[in-house]
Order: sequence, then structure tokens, then C-alpha cells
Amino acid sequence: MSKVTFRIFRFDPANDPTPRYQEYEMPLEPGITLLNCLNKIKAEKDATLTYRMSCGSAICGSCAVRANGHAILSCKTQASELVKDGVIQLDPLGNTSVIRDLAVDLEPFWASIRKVKPWLMPDATDNPEKERLQSQEDYLKIDHATTCIMCGACWSDCNVLEVDKKFIGPAALAKAQRFIYDTRDVKTIDRLEEISEPHGVWDCTHCGECSTRCPTDARPLGRIEEIKQAAMAEGVHGNSGARHVLAFRETVGKRGLLDENYVPVRSVGFLNIPGLLGLMPVGLRMLWRGKNPPVIPHSVDKVEEVKKIYSRSEEFRK
Amino acid sequence: MKYALYTGCVAKGAGRELLAATNVACAKLGIELVEMTAAACCGAGVISEDNPMLADILNARTFAQAEEMGLPIMNICTTCQGVHRKAQIKLKKDPAYLERVNKELKEQTGLEYKGTVKVRHFYEVLLEEYGLDKLKSKITRPLNGYKVAAFYGCYAMRPHEYSDLQNPDNPDELEKIIIALGATPIDYAERLKCCGFPILMMNKTNAMKLTGNALIGAKGAGADAVVTPCPLCHLNLDAYQPEVENMNDVELKLPVLHIPQLVALALGASYEELRLKTHIVRPPAEIAG
Repeated sequence: MSKVTFRIFRFDPANDPTPRYQEYEMPLEPGITLLNCLNKIKAEKDATLTYRMSCGSAICGSCAVRANGHAILSCKTQASELVKDGVIQLDPLGNTSVIRDLAVDLEPFWASIRKVKPWLMPDATDNPEKERLQSQEDYLKIDHATTCIMCGACWSDCNVLEVDKKFIGPAALAKAQRFIYDTRDVKTIDRLEEISEPHGVWDCTHCGECSTRCPTDARPLGRIEEIKQAAMAEGVHGNSGARHVLAFRETVGKRGLLDENYVPVRSVGFLNIPGLLGLMPVGLRMLWRGKNPPVIPHSVDKVEEVKKIYSRSEEFRK
Repeated sequence: MKYALYTGCVAKGAGRELLAATNVACAKLGIELVEMTAAACCGAGVISEDNPMLADILNARTFAQAEEMGLPIMNICTTCQGVHRKAQIKLKKDPAYLERVNKELKEQTGLEYKGTVKVRHFYEVLLEEYGLDKLKSKITRPLNGYKVAAFYGCYAMRPHEYSDLQNPDNPDELEKIIIALGATPIDYAERLKCCGFPILMMNKTNAMKLTGNALIGAKGAGADAVVTPCPLCHLNLDAYQPEVENMNDVELKLPVLHIPQLVALALGASYEELRLKTHIVRPPAEIAG
């Protein structure tokens, strides 16, 4: 068995306040998971190494760390897949503060989950004699989101959280989808309005990190798209994100291509004077360079085909 | 070699220099292009936030047009490429859905998507089909000493199942092209991050922070220029650079090139041909000297 170097982030604010990397060499047994490597290092080499774990079966979600810069669930990952030039580098989850070594403070993560009211709010006036049943078809709408194990891998690698600690984050959005799409819940519109507030669903850049890192089928980016679809269908349009979708759809339906002059103005809002003024500097700069989109926007050939397809839009929602 | 060129919206609008550079680069490489003048917008992941099937039908129409032309599609926008691949994979996975999409498509346009068309970005064509050796043999102005930071754009890599890159967690496709052109690739922490463009209208502060991190990271690592295969990343990184400079109180003046521009420079194209004057941050004239 060839030896592998585990390069592990160490930080103990109480006794050793300077973060550093410590290296442990170990042969990799065939089939060993990363979590079992950590357990082996702790048992045989260094009892002070600190990390979270519990079930070891990809159910409890406690053992997520960053390996070679990307969040993974350590009990679900073969160590051999992570070796790069004989080294596996381990860091604590991103977008968190470190408590000690690989253990991080997840309180902001949990606070984001609580924010979306992650409980069922059924019709309070109906008093059913037995539990509220769901059809298989209805259940499938929330099947993906219910597989979330709250491991924080998506939170760790989310690009928006890196620049905005107030962003609700991908796991909470997946949880919100689970209740927005639950046919037994009656607070759909309230939920959609709350999630459309600043730092909510429309602040996601669709960078795709969340779905790429997610170790289950929850895949937050897909759920985020579904929340937006519900917001558009339910008429929750009073924000720049929804206006952007409406403007985008409208111009493509007219010309087959995006009208880059119109979409920003409608997204910001026709009556939003500060917002419109905010568009001026870049607009003038581009005009000065001859980089501005054509004033009379271009249409694609056979645009009538696009219009015919568009005329059937409502059918496609069924 | 012959491709159906899918321009996307930006190359027809605020990024017309991208279309010019693609035509120049491909002419010099001997790659024949037929512009898909009747193809509609890919939806950019935005139309699908309202009506996913509408977006899928528009894309199926584009694919069917290329199939009728008997040509593979060349994209010049990472977002178009990612959205196209996602649509293709979705339609392939679900035959019943493909049938429904095709029924609508046929009724409205007479077209049918057979699922045979290959869709690749310009730089993927260079690597997979054209070959770096052949590219090197065409170089008349090697970009020696030019330090270039690749900025991939999210849709090239994530989610992984829609990416055709060899290793989407640590890709080196653009770096391979940079090296082939004689230039030096620059590594920096933000190479694979989001530029923030999709939320420019929703949260400009966050968008500018993301753009700023990328530009400052590339500049700090010693880059002379950034190169990107995504014209949306280009718009944020180039057109909003003055905002980033103000926000962070730094001077950047970091040119941001489209990948076809970088290739065409090494093939001897002129400053005018590549419309470099239209960039907000103009690259120095010596680059095309």
C-alpha cells in the first residue's frame, strides 16, 4: 500500500491561535473512506485532531469537510479518489468560522433554515379525523428536497455567501421549496413573498456549486429554479428578479433575441429613479466605446416561428 | 471543418467584437462557419425560471435547425453552451418529454429534433477537433511573455453533469490553449468562481464584489489580461471595471479578452479586426503590433 500524506488544517483558538497545516502520513487501505482515515489518525496518531462525525452512513450529515478545496461528505467519499500527487488536503467548511480544526460553527446555517419556517402550515380551520394524505404525484414534487441531510456542503461552497453573509443560502432555499410545493401547506404565497425579499431566492447567481457539492438528491439549484417557477406562476412579481424574467421572456418572444437595452431598465423598474440612474454610468461608458447594444434591436430570421411557439406558452405549463 | 455558428444574444448586441473575432479566428484557422441566423436565444437559464418547456422547445428548434444544415453547432458563449447541453441531456433522458417537445416543435415550425447534433464551444472545438498541434502551426505572432488569467464561467463547469470538461473541478482546457499560443497561464484563487453577472439587476453590490474578487485576484497574481469563453463574464469583468476600481480603491486596468480574440491575436489579427477599441479597458496596442 502506497503512503498518502494528509495535510490537515489545525486551529485551536484557546491554546494555539495561529492556524497551520499538520501532515500525517498513512497507507490507504483499499476501500477506506475519508472519515475512517480521520478516525484512524485520531486513534493512532493524534488524539487532539478535532472533527465532527456521527453515523458514518451519509444520513446524519455531520462529517462534511473540504477536501482539496471542495466540500464533500467524508463518510461517503473514498479516500483514494481524493489523492492528488500523494496528498489529500483537508480544510474546514467554507463560509463558516472555525471552532477547532475541522469543526465549524454552523449556527448561521441553522439560523438560515429556521428563517424559512421549516414546518407545515396546513389549513387551520379544517379539522381532519386522520392524517393529511398526499398522492404519490404530489409527493414527488418535494421528494428531492426531503433528502437533504443538512450537511452544509452547499453552504460551504456557495459563491454568494462568500460576499454576502445575509444571503439565505442554498440549503434553506431547498427547504423552502419543500414547503412551497407541499400541497398540504396553505402559506404558499406568503412563503414566496418572503423568499423573494432581498438576500433571498433572486440573489442566487446559479453558480451551480450547491448542486455539484450536494451529497444527496436535494440538489439545491434545481429547487431554487422551482421556487422561481412557482413565484412566476403565482404572480409574485414585485421584485427585480421576477421583473428580469418577465422582461427577458418578453423580448425573446418578440425578436427571438434578448434586447439588452430594454431588459435592464424593466428589471430595475421603470419608476425606480435611483436604480435607473445607477445604470447610467455603464450605459454611457459603453455608448462612448461603441459597445452599446443596437438601438433598433436585431430580430432573428423566421421570428414568426418563435412567436408561434410562444403563443402556446400556457399549454407548456400543464 | 464546418460548423453552424450559434452566436447567442451578446455577440449580436453588446459584445459584437466577439462575433468579429470568432469570424477572423476561424477564417485564419480554415474553419468554415455558417451563422445560424434563424436560431433564437437559448434562454440563458432565465426563461426556464418561468417556463422550462418553452426554453426546451426553443433549444430543440435550434438543434433541429443545425441537424437540417447537417452541421455540428459551435457556441461562443459558455452560458449558451451549458444551457444547450443541459437541454440535450434532459431531452435524451426522458423520451416521453422529447416526444411532447417534438410534437409542439413540428406543429409550430415543421422541424423535429432527432437528438444527433453535437454542440461544442469554440475552445472545445480547438482542443477536441482541430488539435493544438495544428493550431500551433498556424501561429504567426506567438504571445510570448503575455501573462493570461483564464476565467472559465460557471456554466462551463457546473453542475458537473452538463460539463464536457475533462475535470470540471480543476479544468485546464483554457490553460492548454494559452500555452499553445505562446502565452503564460496565471493561476489564481478565483479562476473557477462566479463573476456575479446573473444578479447584476437584483443585487449589484454582490455582483460587483464577485467581479471585483476575480479581477483583483487575477491582477494580484500578475496577470496582464484575463481571457474568458463567456461574454456575460466579459461584460461584468470589463464594462464594470471602473465600478470595481471605485469600490475597492484600486487601479486595475486589466484587459479582458474573449477567447477567440486571444487566439486570433496569435494568428496575426489586427487591433481593428478584433474591435479591441470597443473594450472599456483597451489592451495595449503592442499586443497586436
